[in-house]
Amino acid sequence: MTEFLQFLFSGLTVGAIYALVAVGFTLIYSSSDVINFAQGEFVMIGGMATYVLAAAGVPLPIASLLAVVIAVAVGLLLHRLAIEPARDASAVTLIIITIGASILLRGVAGVAIDKNFHSLPPFLGAEPWLVGGAAILPQSVIVLFGAGIIVLLLWLFMSRTLYGKATLATAANRMAARLVGIDTSRVVMLSFAISAAIGAVGGILVTPIVLTSYDVGTLLALKGFAAAMLGGIGNPVGAIAGGLLLGLLEAFGAGYVSSSYKDAIAFMLILAVLFALPQGLFGRSTIERV
Amino acid sequence: MASTAVGRGVAVLFGIAALMAAGEVLADVKIGAVLSVTGPASFLGDPEKKTLEMYAADMNAKGGVSGQPIKLVIYDDGSDPNQARTFAIRLVEEDRVDALLAGSTTATTMPIIALAEENQIPLINFAGAVQAVFPVKKWNFKTPHTDLMACEKIFEDLKKRSLTKVALISGADAFGKSMRDQCMTITAKYGIEVLHEETYQPRDSDMTAQLTNIKGKAGVQAVINPGFGQGPAIVTRNYRQLGITVPLYHGHGIGTKQFIELATPAAAEGVRLPAAALLVADKLPPDDPQRQVVVEYTQTYERKTGQPVSTFGGHMYDGFMILIEAMQRVKSFDKAKVRDEIEKTRGFIGTGGVVNMSPTDHLGLDLTAFRMLEIKNGDWTLVQ
Repeated sequence: MTEFLQFLFSGLTVGAIYALVAVGFTLIYSSSDVINFAQGEFVMIGGMATYVLAAAGVPLPIASLLAVVIAVAVGLLLHRLAIEPARDASAVTLIIITIGASILLRGVAGVAIDKNFHSLPPFLGAEPWLVGGAAILPQSVIVLFGAGIIVLLLWLFMSRTLYGKATLATAANRMAARLVGIDTSRVVMLSFAISAAIGAVGGILVTPIVLTSYDVGTLLALKGFAAAMLGGIGNPVGAIAGGLLLGLLEAFGAGYVSSSYKDAIAFMLILAVLFALPQGLFGRSTIERV
Repeated sequence: MASTAVGRGVAVLFGIAALMAAGEVLADVKIGAVLSVTGPASFLGDPEKKTLEMYAADMNAKGGVSGQPIKLVIYDDGSDPNQARTFAIRLVEEDRVDALLAGSTTATTMPIIALAEENQIPLINFAGAVQAVFPVKKWNFKTPHTDLMACEKIFEDLKKRSLTKVALISGADAFGKSMRDQCMTITAKYGIEVLHEETYQPRDSDMTAQLTNIKGKAGVQAVINPGFGQGPAIVTRNYRQLGITVPLYHGHGIGTKQFIELATPAAAEGVRLPAAALLVADKLPPDDPQRQVVVEYTQTYERKTGQPVSTFGGHMYDGFMILIEAMQRVKSFDKAKVRDEIEKTRGFIGTGGVVNMSPTDHLGLDLTAFRMLEIKNGDWTLVQ
């Protein structure tokens, strides 16, 4: 039983990290059909910028806040310099642009900061909490709650604010949204800014567990993307569910089957799910309009 | 105004022409390097490149090798073996270098070894794995310790502490796999029994599932973690999180001060690992033969780059010095003569250990090159 609990905690820890990254994908996707492959770099900027500022003597809370501001600025620049000029291009072209941006951001961070791994102190100490003989780090719980709070805020934004509704309208039909007077380009810009902020907050929360480096975004984005697909891309609740499920699959795969094949086990189950439910667990099925 | 600009341009042109003419007369010694300065292995190639440039400039300031200045040709392979091969071919065919100091990783080194062999150029490489030097190839030498030696050192220490039943948790990257395989080849020799094995992916963020299985295995007396990068730091954290009490050993791939920071000093307390003397330069006893070399290299490197020293730059220091000393001894840059002389290197004291090459050993290090370290109060200490 202790073992089961430990695997569960391990899965929830990793899953919460994936979920936090996966949530970042949803907003840009739902407003512009673009999967932003630079999302992992927002996560990296959050962690690395906080580390650099904290190392320079800035108190951790202020360093975190500044890191989020930096990430938002980068997100806005990315939109202004790379996405906006190509706004009439197809989604595939825009996705390729985001891949390019991700490589650029990684390279700049590697040269401007350094290529070493860094860490941040855990917010509530490093002593694990013991539950039923199994140990969980307080930071894992923070990540889990952080992901939940972000989804809640995102939901409030989408359903309670004018900008949120404009985002939903843009997602549903861009042409129609433009016809009723919504500045869709502005909506997409806003979604880049918010996604960057979500990514950066995620990066700050997970860094005490996963550590950070200039290229930490690549793998996190890959796992986060897989989680978002599994949950149904574009749906924040689906992103959380997908992330947790992926983490749990990996942990139980490593614990009960074989640690060498844990990724293979997880990805095979994802494929199986997507065969049965191509839209993911919580995805809305799209209807091609003719 | 315009005429002075033209005048300056002409003067510069003459200057360049004069320099080129001078270069031709001098016939410098050309040393070619292919290093992984960028990409995933940049933590190897970057200090190697800095060390090479630093010491070549230093040597030139002192008058060069046998009166000839050193000309470096350095290419960055981006940690890609295909690129490494392409650049090595360019060094051989276009730049016509006299010797090669090349290959930061095992993957980038293997094609260069074949190339050096084919073109009969002396090569000193900086790869970690044992296959980068065994079986012995005529033109190929290597300075870093092998993973096999790291295993031997760990097993030796285990035997001293009468711990014979171990579990392995290894990184699924090339380094972790190679070291794990090397360890498995010598278990019988040291009477070590491996009760359980786990692996993790190099970028995994949580290893508690694997460690829970190790914890649940009855009779495990010690755990060995062959790996490098941030993986061992997370293993160490999770190890303490689960409250596992048996000794934890890491490989030689984590030899930077940063490891203790990442793993947190509390979790790293009592962790043991084999490492080069360079890591504990200031803690070596005054009569240690390596003390002077490692202290000098550490000071020079840290002063000139402003970065903490790593064992990897030290490997380049050793390779560069072995090559230059061989050239100075034979007073020639003739490839065959230099090669023969490198093979005769005896009692060379480098950052990696005391090097004694022979026709059957192109590495020349024995187990004394490794020190067993234990982390205490957030710092390395030598295990007596």
